Amino acid sequence: MSALVAFWSTHRAELGVLLTQHVALVVLATAVATAVGVPVGILAARRPRLSAPLVAIANVVQTIPSLAMFGFLLPVPLVGGVGARAAAVVLILYGLLPIVRTTIAGLAGIDPAIREAGVAMGMTPRELLRHVEIPLALPSIVAGIRVAAVVGVGTATIAAAIGAGGLGEFIYRGLSMVDTTVILAGAVPAAVLALVVDGGLWWAERALRRRRRRSAGAVAAAAAIVVAAGVLASAAGMSRSAGAVVVGSKNFTEQVSLGELLAQTIERDARLPVVRRLNLGGTLICDRALMTGDVDVYVEYTGTALTAIFHRPLPQATTSQAGDAPRAVINEVRELYARSGRTLLPPLGFDNTFAILVRGRDARARGLRTISDVAPIAPRWRAGFGYEFVERPDGYPGLAKTYGLTFSGPPHVMDLTLSYRALADGQVDLIAGDATAGLIQRLDLVHLQDDRHYFPPYDAAPVARAEMLLQHPEVRAALERLAGRVSVDDMRAMNYAADVEHRDVAAIVREFLSRSPRSSGR
Amino acid sequence: MPDPAIEFRDVSVSRSAGVPVLAHMSLAVDAGVVLALVGRSGAGKTTILKLVNRLLVPDAGSVLVEGRDTRDWEPIRLRRRIGYVLQEVGLFPHMSVGDNVGVVPRLERWPADRVSTRVGELLDLVGLDAKRYAARWPDELSGGQRQRVGVARALAVDPPVLLMDEPFGALDPVTRAELHDEFRRIQGRLRKTVIIVTHDMGEAFALADRVGVLDGGALVAYDTAAAVARSSDARVRRLLDAMAVVPRS
Repeated sequence: MSALVAFWSTHRAELGVLLTQHVALVVLATAVATAVGVPVGILAARRPRLSAPLVAIANVVQTIPSLAMFGFLLPVPLVGGVGARAAAVVLILYGLLPIVRTTIAGLAGIDPAIREAGVAMGMTPRELLRHVEIPLALPSIVAGIRVAAVVGVGTATIAAAIGAGGLGEFIYRGLSMVDTTVILAGAVPAAVLALVVDGGLWWAERALRRRRRRSAGAVAAAAAIVVAAGVLASAAGMSRSAGAVVVGSKNFTEQVSLGELLAQTIERDARLPVVRRLNLGGTLICDRALMTGDVDVYVEYTGTALTAIFHRPLPQATTSQAGDAPRAVINEVRELYARSGRTLLPPLGFDNTFAILVRGRDARARGLRTISDVAPIAPRWRAGFGYEFVERPDGYPGLAKTYGLTFSGPPHVMDLTLSYRALADGQVDLIAGDATAGLIQRLDLVHLQDDRHYFPPYDAAPVARAEMLLQHPEVRAALERLAGRVSVDDMRAMNYAADVEHRDVAAIVREFLSRSPRSSGR
Repeated sequence: MPDPAIEFRDVSVSRSAGVPVLAHMSLAVDAGVVLALVGRSGAGKTTILKLVNRLLVPDAGSVLVEGRDTRDWEPIRLRRRIGYVLQEVGLFPHMSVGDNVGVVPRLERWPADRVSTRVGELLDLVGLDAKRYAARWPDELSGGQRQRVGVARALAVDPPVLLMDEPFGALDPVTRAELHDEFRRIQGRLRKTVIIVTHDMGEAFALADRVGVLDGGALVAYDTAAAVARSSDARVRRLLDAMAVVPRS
């Protein structure tokens, strides 16, 4: 609990921004769903033949899992892609069903005698709707809006996967860090928000059912103010994005830090406004976003780009061309990107490859520096690997062959994050981790050199839309100045500060940039 | 001799299954006259009212209001010239008493101050203190008060014709007697053309200048109250015999 409070207080500004995004998204989506759903419901109530298929369609939409819906929308032009717009579309689709349904139910529940009284008094159909039918159906309609809004609060947390922001960012970050505090930091406010929305609209609904016209007026006014504020906020958010550079990142800590690094560099050196779409799911989502122009720049790893994006084989690891492998991959990837109008900028300076790690104590005692050094003693050692590393062809099987490694038994398969601790605690003697993991220094682990160059290079480098770079040469200049500036140690330190110390990413990056000299003088 | 305010000429209406509700019915009501239509449930009383304000149109024959076939009237204009007091009142539950009374004036786009003046007059007319009752909600009123509001609402734009469908049916006898007095007082001042539908012959005698008796979709008697009371027609006598009698001690 105190860890949670501490996290919130160090991430106060971010929490505020995410909460605002969350609320704006839900309010906007609910407002649009209401504006569409109520007229559709009225139409359907008038024409029963229309209402059955309409409700059926809305039902089907509702059964699509939200993550799948975000996936379907990714390639759709105009409404799809990544960011708040696509998220709003999904939330609107989900909100329509309850609103259409309760509108139909509310209108159907009106006593026919009251409707007849209106007609007999000489009301036109429109007057009847405005003065009698809608006011009487309103409590029921508000009940539908309430359901839509509460569902929206929940679905909006998932929308963080496509870079819509909101409290889901903390949840995704926490999941990727396997850190409950960070998960709770997003989940608790989201739950509270859902309860507040639910309670507020319940109150509105009850006030309307009691037919207190004055409070109904107050409800309507309050709702109008909230909606207007939400629409303004989201409009402001959208208009800001025009003319700004959009920086993306994948959904793990190092990527978020690197996104922040690009963003602050552009703001500081190119003096351009930046929109941050950090935490954008995986590689493919970032790549797609860059293709469609939803994102202008993000940091990719050369090995990942080659295999996951371009489906090319990695260069064969042979000792003869060993030193040239990273350069060869960079050149190949740069060329592949160039064909689709994208530019790979100079690498930042570190290689986030697999790292074979041992305890510092053992390394010093036995003078271990390379993986080859460990091969003779490995048969007496136990190894612990993550699930992925055991399965991948460029993981354990190839490693064992290249170095002739055998262990005392089959490797323990364990969660990657836990394996660092298992090594430090002596449960295993050797693991395969990430080269930039923050825990490496903290737990006094040593990264053995891949002297046979078995692991492909994963040099981190910004990749940008060429069009944006042409428009803003100052962005290119600013990002090129980052070349070689981030060492493995720098990255480990930043990951440590964020993952273990729970410090604010923006502050960590700011500190990093202030320590390294501004090279604009050259 | 001016046209009767309301005239039915050989009117027939059937339900969808072809069952006749009204068969070849003719009747004329002069301006300023109160007509009570008496009959058992299902005798076609409500149908007659709905024909007048064109909630229904006849299958055959024609209904004339102020000398003009209801088919030729623009329905909205016609209905705003006809006040309608419904069975079970039909007040709008989401509107205050004042707003209920002011509905039609607002539809007619009267300015707000004129509407509120008129609402005050009407509530006074039906014996409710406007200051006390205008802001109340229909479900806070007694049955008799609601019925007064229903009458006030029907009279709001001073329509020449008033239709009342079992207006006092759901009230206790004492309240009903009070409202009958009230009705006569108001009618004495306003001189509307009124058709009241009721199943109670006593009520018809208490309120009406003319009494019509409906049976099986036909008008079996149509005369002054005194003449109907002396009728020897068996269908009329059944309704007369159903009137409450005070037992002799």
